[in-house]
Amino acid sequence: MNIIILVKLVPDLVEELAIDSSGNKLDTAWLRMIINEFDDHAIEQGILLKERHGAVVTVVAPDLEGVDDVLFTAAAKGADKLIKIKGDFSGANNHAMARAFSAIVKELQPDLVLTGVQANNDLDGSLGPLMAGCLEMPYVGYISGVTLGDGKLKTRKEYPGGLIAEMDVSLPAVLGIQAAEQPPRYVAVSKVRQMMKTSTIEERTAPGLDMAGGPTISRMFQPEAAQHATMITGNPEEVATKLVTIFKELGVL
Amino acid sequence: MNQDIYVVIEHLRGQVAEISYVMLAGGRELAKGFGGSVAAVLLGNKAQGLAANPSPASGQYLAVDKVLYMDHPALSDFTSDAYQKALAELIARDQPRAVIFGSTSIGTDLASTLSIKLNLPMVSSCSSFSADGKFTSQICGGKIMAEGELPGPTALITMVPGGYKTEQGQNSQAPTLTQVEISSVEPVRVTLAGYIEPESGDVDIAKEKVLVSVGRGIQNQDNIVLAEELAKALGGVVSGSRPVIDQGWLSTSRLVGKSGKHVKPKIYLALGISGAPEHAEAITDSDTIIAINTDPAAPIFNIAKYGTETDLFDLVEVLTSQVKAAKGG
Repeated sequence: MNIIILVKLVPDLVEELAIDSSGNKLDTAWLRMIINEFDDHAIEQGILLKERHGAVVTVVAPDLEGVDDVLFTAAAKGADKLIKIKGDFSGANNHAMARAFSAIVKELQPDLVLTGVQANNDLDGSLGPLMAGCLEMPYVGYISGVTLGDGKLKTRKEYPGGLIAEMDVSLPAVLGIQAAEQPPRYVAVSKVRQMMKTSTIEERTAPGLDMAGGPTISRMFQPEAAQHATMITGNPEEVATKLVTIFKELGVL
Repeated sequence: MNQDIYVVIEHLRGQVAEISYVMLAGGRELAKGFGGSVAAVLLGNKAQGLAANPSPASGQYLAVDKVLYMDHPALSDFTSDAYQKALAELIARDQPRAVIFGSTSIGTDLASTLSIKLNLPMVSSCSSFSADGKFTSQICGGKIMAEGELPGPTALITMVPGGYKTEQGQNSQAPTLTQVEISSVEPVRVTLAGYIEPESGDVDIAKEKVLVSVGRGIQNQDNIVLAEELAKALGGVVSGSRPVIDQGWLSTSRLVGKSGKHVKPKIYLALGISGAPEHAEAITDSDTIIAINTDPAAPIFNIAKYGTETDLFDLVEVLTSQVKAAKGG
């Protein structure tokens, strides 16, 4: 069983975001890129399947700053092969990334492709279903559980209100992971460092980035809220006192 | 080719999903500019009633100029493969100006793949449109908006809630239904095995008057107790956002958000919750939202009535004891 996991790097939303002077994209000068949190769940789900059924897990990521750490961390968690796709991905949209990834993923003859269900910078759809289109495989997203048996996948697909649909999917397939069956495992920094010495990142070159299919953005801006919360300031005691007054006004105390 | 706006109606187990009305309202805005009509695209099996009859909840119909109905046994419940094949055929045949899907478990399974398959451009997470054909999308957890011209010839769009009210996509007039023939949806590679009902859990957070809700900012499982004590003092219960549930710190029945419960308490006290769109859409019916978050740019402050940047770890214990004192006195 060949499991391929696709990983994207996205802006860290904990950091302050700014728009650059062109006015239509994020200022990358101060941007910290981190692994898309849903891709982290995809890695966990892939490793869980490997532990249960045996599989070769390959993690594929675009060459962006910080990608080596992301790949070595995946190796420390149990990934067998690491592939970095070379190319200028800094402004690449998901359509371009899907085409670049699919050319390389096809050669790996996957049985199952896993990726995060969405990413915080998606503007032209998400990577998983775009890949499924390129690879001509079926796709199911919002997955929070995967079982394998008889060449078929049983997946748990999330709907609003906590409802789950059990979808049977024939292989090969692409799944968009919302949450792995258990929280992504923690690995010690020392183990990641060890991987840097013992495992290798294979480099592949994308056939050129084709952005067709995504929108052209004319303006990016930080939303000016129609309303903003009335801010309560002071030391913790004072803030608490004001909140208690509000609770009383609202009739819960 | 035409200038019509097609809206793919989402329905689940015999009920039209609310996002469908939001999409119809957005579609109407676009149709004004492009001069086309708004068509609801309904896929199902003997499901005409979903469009022909008014919604049991509101007594209103889908606000559309026409309904295109595709009937097939394989379409009775949503599955990505069969729905996609049916829609690919319709879109390729009619070439409308835009096709709107929900940015949901259903819509996102369809739009991107169709974009590759039909070689049509797509825009995701749109919250609103202008009559001159511009879209506005929400990215980076609601912290950034992106604007542009709707691409052509046919734009595939996914929409998030927030820009339009459901009433804007409803009216009192029964629409006309036209049946659209489907040649084949075979082979179907994705099938529905069944539904698993939501975990009932010990409490129903949708019915609680006071929710103390925790997000990523609570940092670890040991800190949940801070929220529990405050909730207890206020006569409420603890709920959480997605990251907290995924870490296993609270059970799934306590999830507030897109895949969890939509809540409407008297007070929604958000501790360390950023207020990403997936969470925000589920709490907007709360009477009063109070947000405690050290990030002044957190989108939660745009929907909260009261807020404070005081660190929750400095505040919550003090607040709990003051609440207890107030009750005692």
